[in-house]
Amino acid sequence: MTETASADVPTVRLVDHDGAVVGDVDVGLADDDLRELLRLMIRCRRLDRECWALQRQGELTVYPPFEGQEAAQVGSAFALGGEDFVFPSFRELAAAIVRGVDVVEYLQYHRGTWHGGPYDPIASRFAPICVPVATQIVHAVGWAMGAKLDGIPACSLAYFGDGSASEGDFHEAANMAAVFRAPVVLFCQNNGWAISVPSSEQYAAPIAARAAGYGFPGVRVDGNDVLAVFAVTKEAVERARAGDGPTLIEAMTYRVGSHSTADDASRYRNDAEVEAWRQRDPIDRYRTYLLGSGVIDHAFVRACDEEAAVWVAEIRAAVTALGEPPASEMFDHAYADPPATLRRQRRELLGDG
Amino acid sequence: MVELTMVAALNTALRDALAGDPRTLVFGEDVGELGGVFRVTEGLQSEFGRERVFNTPIAEAGIAGICVGLAMAGWRPIAEMQFEGFSYPSLDQVISHLAKYRERTRGRVGVPAVIRIPSFGGIKGKEHHGESPETYYVHTAGLKVVVPSSPLDAYRLLRLSIDDPDPVIFLEPKSRYWSKETGEPTLDGPGIGRARTVRDGGSCAVIAYGAMVTRCIEAAEVLSAEGVEVSVLDLRSLVPLDVEAIGEAVRATGRAVVVHEAPLTLGMGAEIVARIVEEAFDHLEAPIARVTGPDVPYPPASLEHRYLPSVERISTAVRKVVSY
Repeated sequence: MTETASADVPTVRLVDHDGAVVGDVDVGLADDDLRELLRLMIRCRRLDRECWALQRQGELTVYPPFEGQEAAQVGSAFALGGEDFVFPSFRELAAAIVRGVDVVEYLQYHRGTWHGGPYDPIASRFAPICVPVATQIVHAVGWAMGAKLDGIPACSLAYFGDGSASEGDFHEAANMAAVFRAPVVLFCQNNGWAISVPSSEQYAAPIAARAAGYGFPGVRVDGNDVLAVFAVTKEAVERARAGDGPTLIEAMTYRVGSHSTADDASRYRNDAEVEAWRQRDPIDRYRTYLLGSGVIDHAFVRACDEEAAVWVAEIRAAVTALGEPPASEMFDHAYADPPATLRRQRRELLGDG
Repeated sequence: MVELTMVAALNTALRDALAGDPRTLVFGEDVGELGGVFRVTEGLQSEFGRERVFNTPIAEAGIAGICVGLAMAGWRPIAEMQFEGFSYPSLDQVISHLAKYRERTRGRVGVPAVIRIPSFGGIKGKEHHGESPETYYVHTAGLKVVVPSSPLDAYRLLRLSIDDPDPVIFLEPKSRYWSKETGEPTLDGPGIGRARTVRDGGSCAVIAYGAMVTRCIEAAEVLSAEGVEVSVLDLRSLVPLDVEAIGEAVRATGRAVVVHEAPLTLGMGAEIVARIVEEAFDHLEAPIARVTGPDVPYPPASLEHRYLPSVERISTAVRKVVSY
């Protein structure tokens, strides 16, 4: 299991694996918002599974599934305001959905029709999908420094994984965030595995505990408890906006699927571990809690499932219709104004320009 | 008319940029109160405040990486790497993000950052203080790479780099920091991507950039005394490369010598010679010569005069090409 080091750092949990209340679940959300969290998580899982299928059918190139991490992403993204800016890694489709990113444009990345920023990052407040591990954390700090200079009450949030926290860029970002008191939330989804390397071979102390060394708060949260994730993120966002600087959040979750469609997790981990985490499923847990508390009934769940199926079918149709972009685009965006040497290469390759 | 060192010219360029555009920021290691280890940022923090001119922790990847976020927030970052030999931790951010952001975002988000890097040898520095990193950047699509050779052109090129919508790697020849030039700093003159002829001559075209431009002019004077008149072309920017000017200079003389400090193999000379072959093959009267550093790590201070192209090596190469 991946919680071996958790004894050193308390884990915030409001609803336990069985849906029972174990903390203060009044996190400031109205019933409509509580229902929206479930509706979003159901949508996200449905689309995630569809993307896996699309890849297997040859409609996507490679796809990194996030099943099991819905609460970590939806709960955190839901805590952000419209001006806040997300800097994702490459597994944050669920967060993108919450932020209202154009999903069809987003999936151009996995379709192979464009690179990591196929949607409008500025309008979406969602930076390009970022594959070079941990590099996006530094960008988030830079954006936060800029927001602070402008005096706007907004923060950035960087998503990264347990493996990313081993990179030098994580350290440089965290230290700079502290020194400049940047309004940024460093959100680690600790899903237990960096491709095939378990967290026991990745670090020797809880990632959240590192925050103390930088001089800002660190909190570990049950990443499969959407209300707990929302609550700790909301607090971090408010601290940032109030000028109190960064927070490191370590959300303990689990990647139920493989690293990507090109990976086979059965080669390095056993079924018992995966099954144990399935028992902690974030959606089952939250649904049980909402049903028990009377916020929803079974008809609501059925409606969510049906609505998600329709939505995903629309996305499938739009994504599979995406064709190869014009080759001229290779040349169009390298520079604001392509130099003569590049225009010449374009003419030679494409016969135009 | 004022006499300016390159340090003073660069300082003036930064001051004018900070004064002219409230969105510009200057940051890096020791650039605050100290004014940078070469004093290029001297006085800027006291004039423009600690918010717009600030020290950073020693974190080169961080310095380059925050340029991306700051640019996305609408700022124009001007970052300093302390020395070229310490800039390598930032390469991932430069190659993977600064250079590619416009392409990755399908043209929506550019990173109009300038990364200034004191570069090249000739100051009897310790190891890691005399290297020529230009090829790393020239080979990375999406960047512009600029190398000034004189104070007044350094002023112009830095101002133009700051105004450029694309990320610019601005390599400052340390050995020319204290060289002087008399005139008014002005934006008038050739833009980025245009070479300039700094000496006319019909026998051979000598092509260089950065500190080697002055060395080539010195060699030209030696050769002139022997009756050999060479033209000297200062490239000014390596990306974009002024292929047209290179072709024109070589077609006019039929002979060419390319000079740079960087090691021979895959140095700029390789690219320039290839362009000459494409642009002026029919005009060539002799094989093109390259005078460069050898393919070895930059040597200790006591040997750098043996490593760097000297007036003698450049003159010898020209004589050989001219007498072919």
